[in-house]
Amino acid sequence: MLGEGIVKGMLETAKNFAGSFVSEERLTTVEYPEQRIPTAENARVFPFLVYDGPEWEAGLRCVACQICEKECPPKCIYIEKSKDKKPDFVGKMQIYPAKFDIDISVCMSCQICVEVCPFEAIKMDTQFELATDDRFGGLLLDREQLAKSNEYYHTIHPTEASEVDARLAQEKAAAEAKAKAAAEAAAAKAAAGEAAKAAPKTDAPKSDSSAAGSN
Amino acid sequence: MSVAETKTEKLDGWNRPPVIEPDGEGELLEVAMGPHHPSTHGVFRMDVALDGERVIRLKPVFGYLHRNHEKIAEGTTYLASMPYTDRLDYFCSLSNNWAYALAVEKLVGQEVPERAEYIRVILAELTRVQNHASTIGFLLQEMGASGTPLMYAFREREKILDLFESLTGSRMMCNYMRFGGCRVDISEPWLAATRKVVAGLPAFVDEFEALLSSNEILMARCQGVGVLKPDLAVNAGISGPMLRASGVNYDIRKIDHYGVYDRFKFRVPLGDHGDIYDRYMVRVLEMRESIGILNQALKEIPSGPIMDPKAKIRNFRPKAGEAYGRIEAPKGELGFYLISDGGPNPYRYRVRPPSLINLTVLEDMCLGQNVADVVLIFGSVDIVLGEVDR
Repeated sequence: MLGEGIVKGMLETAKNFAGSFVSEERLTTVEYPEQRIPTAENARVFPFLVYDGPEWEAGLRCVACQICEKECPPKCIYIEKSKDKKPDFVGKMQIYPAKFDIDISVCMSCQICVEVCPFEAIKMDTQFELATDDRFGGLLLDREQLAKSNEYYHTIHPTEASEVDARLAQEKAAAEAKAKAAAEAAAAKAAAGEAAKAAPKTDAPKSDSSAAGSN
Repeated sequence: MSVAETKTEKLDGWNRPPVIEPDGEGELLEVAMGPHHPSTHGVFRMDVALDGERVIRLKPVFGYLHRNHEKIAEGTTYLASMPYTDRLDYFCSLSNNWAYALAVEKLVGQEVPERAEYIRVILAELTRVQNHASTIGFLLQEMGASGTPLMYAFREREKILDLFESLTGSRMMCNYMRFGGCRVDISEPWLAATRKVVAGLPAFVDEFEALLSSNEILMARCQGVGVLKPDLAVNAGISGPMLRASGVNYDIRKIDHYGVYDRFKFRVPLGDHGDIYDRYMVRVLEMRESIGILNQALKEIPSGPIMDPKAKIRNFRPKAGEAYGRIEAPKGELGFYLISDGGPNPYRYRVRPPSLINLTVLEDMCLGQNVADVVLIFGSVDIVLGEVDR
């Protein structure tokens, strides 16, 4: 019968129309500024720099190795190395970024900087309401604007952050163990040196005696 | 018969579009449809010459969205091109990722762990389902069914995109696959959520079919319109659902057995007439087959690593050589051709985009049809301008 297909289709739309009144699941939208769907844990928007401790400038994990700057596909990162050094989380003296800018009008949120960073210093934020009336300055973030605490990182990506913390703790423990081993080795060496210093004294008379014996 | 004669005879069939003579009454009207026309899926122009309602000539004009993708890729590292491939066909970023990763893996001879292959199949088939659903939605939108089928498709697509976001971090620009595996492992909750979404998909396809397949208006507008003959389709290099709607059994998943596709049971739906309705129907049936593949893959997914431990992320320098990796993307054969000279960036990087090549037969399908059908025929090709212009 002509029109049967159309009637069948209209029944389907009627079902959908009525469905949203009956079942909560069928409501697919929310009224955005008032209601919000929580962002996925893995969601990524723009990068930020992680710092440990209370001071952002002292705690920045970034050591200005410039790998992210080199690997960034749209080249939106700009880094200037510092002249002096500051201790990193293991206590090793490292240079730090005197300047670290990200132009988020160029950034395409690809996460490659995060993947290549060997120091877990740069991570992805989930903040997406970044509209500004300043087209140039407002979208060029410097290191102060980029710096976010490790606690903040824990609130937005809890699983990933705990993994990172565990990895860093392991690294620190390894570094400490290495330092301890090195210190022990140094002490042992020093002791050996002492012993060696002492040894010639004991050896010398022997050789002397042997020499004397031969004579 | 001389050699020259056989040649012309062969060429006559497909190389020249049929000449449609104007009926001689009145003047020809030249219309520029686009580049800012709501039916053009982006910025695309069709210069159409009309005799009354009939199309006499049609010239596709593209390049408005050209972003220099291939040249940029020749200047950056292999990894840095991966996020750019998302932006080719922005509906199917994961398929594009896969095709590019496959080409690079062929170039360096890299193995992919089994679990990663399964993840790739799951993501590619989810991509196919959402792409076909929204393509049909757009087709109906162009037919004048303003909104309803498209919104139903987008409702379902949103569920799939939520899965993509919770796994890869981004809804559309996923940037997920890597040379030798995938970036992050899938979790049990993600698998459970995917199983739930996949379980709901057959009901959606049924609903879609009840809404559309037997609709008289759709049948009247689509059946017998924009016919693409199989010999022309083969000779023009058409691929994907468009080729299969013309009745040519050609699916790269069945031919190349790339990934782990040889482990799944699925059929390749074929059309009979090569008209718009067959293209619509092939897409619906492909969605059903994809759901079948998804169910098998989700059941059989093994545990294990997701990344080849020998794979390198930084300082990636393949040996000199060349490779062509291709997959059956939702729109057709998507291939990446790479030449390496041993440096950190490819010497030559070329994309074989299904959208662009499927568009080359647009004039042949449109000649002699009504101008209102041009929009429909164009919609049934399923193109994304990001991929056409690159």
